[in-house]
Amino acid sequence: MTTAASESTTAPPPIAPPVDRTARRTALEEAILPAVVALLVAAIVGDILILTFGQSPGTVYRLLLEGTWGNAYGLGQVLYKATTLTFTGLAVAVGLRAGLFNIGAESQLAAGGFVAALVGLLLPSGLPALITLPLYLIAAAAGGGLVAGVPGVLKARFGAHEVITTIMLNFIVLALLNYLTAAHLKVEGSLHTAEIHAGALPRFSSYIAPFHGSAANVVLFVALGAAIVTWWFLFRTRRGFELRATGLQPEAAEYGGVDVGNVWWRAMVLSGGLAGIGGLNFVLGYKHYYEEAFASGAGFLGIAVAIVGRNHPLGVVFAALVFATISQGGLAVNAVVPKQMVDVLQAVVIIAVAASVPEVRRILRKAR
Amino acid sequence: MSMAGSAASTPAIRLTDIVKSFGPVLANRGAALEVAPGEIHALVGENGAGKSTLMRVLSGMYAAESGRMEVNGHDVTGWSTADAIDAGVGMVHQHFMLVPTLTVAENVMLGRELTKGGQLDRARAEREVSELSHATGLAVRAQRTVADLSVGEAQRVEILKTLYRGAKILILDEPTAVLSPPEIEELWHVLRQMRDRGETIVLITHKLDEVMAISETITVMRHGRTVGRLRTAETTPAEIARAMVGRDVQLAMNYVAEEMATTPSPGAQVAASEPLLVVRDLVVNDVRRLTAVDGVSFTVAPGEILGIAGVEGNGQTELLEALAGLRAVRGGSIQMGRHDVTRLSVKARGDAGLSHIPEDRHARGLILDYSVAENLILGQQHRFTRGVQLDRDQILENARHQIDAFDVRPSDPQLPARALSGGNQQKLVIAREMGRAFQVLLAAQPTRGVDVGAIEFIHGQLRAARNAGKAILLVSADLAEILALSDRVAVMYGGKLVAVLARGDASTEVLGPYMTGAATGHAA
Repeated sequence: MTTAASESTTAPPPIAPPVDRTARRTALEEAILPAVVALLVAAIVGDILILTFGQSPGTVYRLLLEGTWGNAYGLGQVLYKATTLTFTGLAVAVGLRAGLFNIGAESQLAAGGFVAALVGLLLPSGLPALITLPLYLIAAAAGGGLVAGVPGVLKARFGAHEVITTIMLNFIVLALLNYLTAAHLKVEGSLHTAEIHAGALPRFSSYIAPFHGSAANVVLFVALGAAIVTWWFLFRTRRGFELRATGLQPEAAEYGGVDVGNVWWRAMVLSGGLAGIGGLNFVLGYKHYYEEAFASGAGFLGIAVAIVGRNHPLGVVFAALVFATISQGGLAVNAVVPKQMVDVLQAVVIIAVAASVPEVRRILRKAR
Repeated sequence: MSMAGSAASTPAIRLTDIVKSFGPVLANRGAALEVAPGEIHALVGENGAGKSTLMRVLSGMYAAESGRMEVNGHDVTGWSTADAIDAGVGMVHQHFMLVPTLTVAENVMLGRELTKGGQLDRARAEREVSELSHATGLAVRAQRTVADLSVGEAQRVEILKTLYRGAKILILDEPTAVLSPPEIEELWHVLRQMRDRGETIVLITHKLDEVMAISETITVMRHGRTVGRLRTAETTPAEIARAMVGRDVQLAMNYVAEEMATTPSPGAQVAASEPLLVVRDLVVNDVRRLTAVDGVSFTVAPGEILGIAGVEGNGQTELLEALAGLRAVRGGSIQMGRHDVTRLSVKARGDAGLSHIPEDRHARGLILDYSVAENLILGQQHRFTRGVQLDRDQILENARHQIDAFDVRPSDPQLPARALSGGNQQKLVIAREMGRAFQVLLAAQPTRGVDVGAIEFIHGQLRAARNAGKAILLVSADLAEILALSDRVAVMYGGKLVAVLARGDASTEVLGPYMTGAATGHAA
């Protein structure tokens, strides 16, 4: 053995490399690059799919873009879909930040819309939006928050797993809402309630003519506001600090004086409340009534939005736009490839993000 | 430093220029190891020196980025764990990898299940494991369920498992961390027998007395490099320590004991003053709802360190969690000064002046993905607010101050706690818990897994707090630490305090029998 004894007298270089900005830039790279890689992977898989239908990928993607971001109507539809997805994505993201997997955004979204519609039907028409909007927000948040609060309390009090309870509540709540609508509230010959007149929110098409026919409405701004408030809450407030701590290491949070059970049920209520407000997009912004099954999967897609958005409110807004584009684009390319191809593409995005996050991170670290 | 000459025969293990990194941290940066067949070789170094990493590379768990590995003269660079097992290289990990609900025999055959007609052949497995147990002196009954075993027995099962797979080269990662002194002696006996049969043993440790007691040759690592190779017979603990740390260090913690002996405790002077922590007839359950703390009573006076010695798993964890407010109390009471805190929340106890260095900094003490600054307010977050918002300026200023006062490195408050070495992570916990106003400190394993330099620092902090009139309850599996720091020493066994001795009356010899339950009932 020839290890020099002299080596033991020279000071070794510090173990950790210089950090500061490099570390932060790396964190940013790790947050954004996986999503970019995932979209590239999805595009390549999409190419192959399109080729199997005997079409040119270039043509299909051009159609897809023209049908979405290429005209005001398409863009309006994308923004409308992205609005609901932003809410359900935020809902799932808040849950995951607290260490809870909320599968129930679908029924929370529906309950939020339902309660808002009830309130709307009771309010006298002609009230200004300045008064009705806060009422609607509270009603929708209460509807979604109540539905999510049940699994939250069951988890905090009895340790019942929230995945099981939120899934089961989806069936119960959606069936209950359908019953109430069908038995007591529906307009004859339809599956929806009577129209709401009090403080219904305007669509963009009322101000900007080219948006004509599209569902986009001012709830979009509520969604952006919700994303900003959620970000502020999670990363700037003491409760947010405690919520994230609970999600990362519940034992350490407990050690840090946090009542973990309280955080759990409160996070579920907050999560459900966000999903519930999403119901306003359809009920108050688009149709002005509650209709059976209006959620139509937006709650479940919220899970994908949260995961692709890396549980970050701004990432969620971005991911909601991506999924809304793909979803609306499916209609645009329907003529040349089956619409189901778009569903496959959505799935590919999710799988690609799930797989590329650890892989891209590994490559980034190795490159240093 | 004397260097051992190269062995004439083919070495059992030869590793050269091993490089292995985890993200930005280089764990091995050109590490080397050469072990002759049939010897007991100690691989020493401070925590974070890269010993475990190097051995995991050898056993195929990690792939090195560069370097060459030879076993018995064959190039085995980059092999898998399966290759390593086939070639007779087995590693016994620091944390047991056993299935608690299975029996000893089932655990041993796991992965190499014996079958007869498609069914597990339990009878044969039990027979074979019993035979191996007799042949090696690793006494444990093959039919017992692992959950019912003591820690020492569980470790024997780990070694049996490795031997059952035909290991001729055995790597043991810090095997004595959880053993009582008699159990350690037994382990040494077994290892010597194995060596006499021609098996090669690599022992990872940072305890110098163990190195001197059992090894023939020593490899010293520091900061991921191999910095020395010594023959045990030709060296001294001081020389090994110097190679480990790169400078002279005070050994055996005598410095603390001496200094404390000459500094009379303020608590002793005001013996009449009221104790700051009073525990009466405390009964606490463990996770399985069995009694873990069984009627424990003690007091800690201001300016006093009460040390609780004992083999881990005798109720110390549950006792501390109950005192900290993390575990419900079934019976008895806890008082801080005159206030009954038995039913208070963690937060309320903190506000009443309780600080707590938890035994597991990775699970409880730190949120690894949170920044240094955020970790430095954990438990105090309600004091760093402006309305509902966290006061980021105040948090940052607090971090700068604590980092400076407790010498946390690197000094970037925005770095995630995960990126710090074990010693600096522990300093972070200590800075948070001792860098604020407190009356009573619960210190659990305060120096576990930290390097010699940090141990010196942490012991200095504990001593200073004691001299400043704080009441400190010290729980440690390290008997030397207990003896060096405590004013009184209690021994916990089977959920009870079986002895409370004045420091002058306590020694390894006296405490050993209490720790194993061989002696009971002695109060100072």
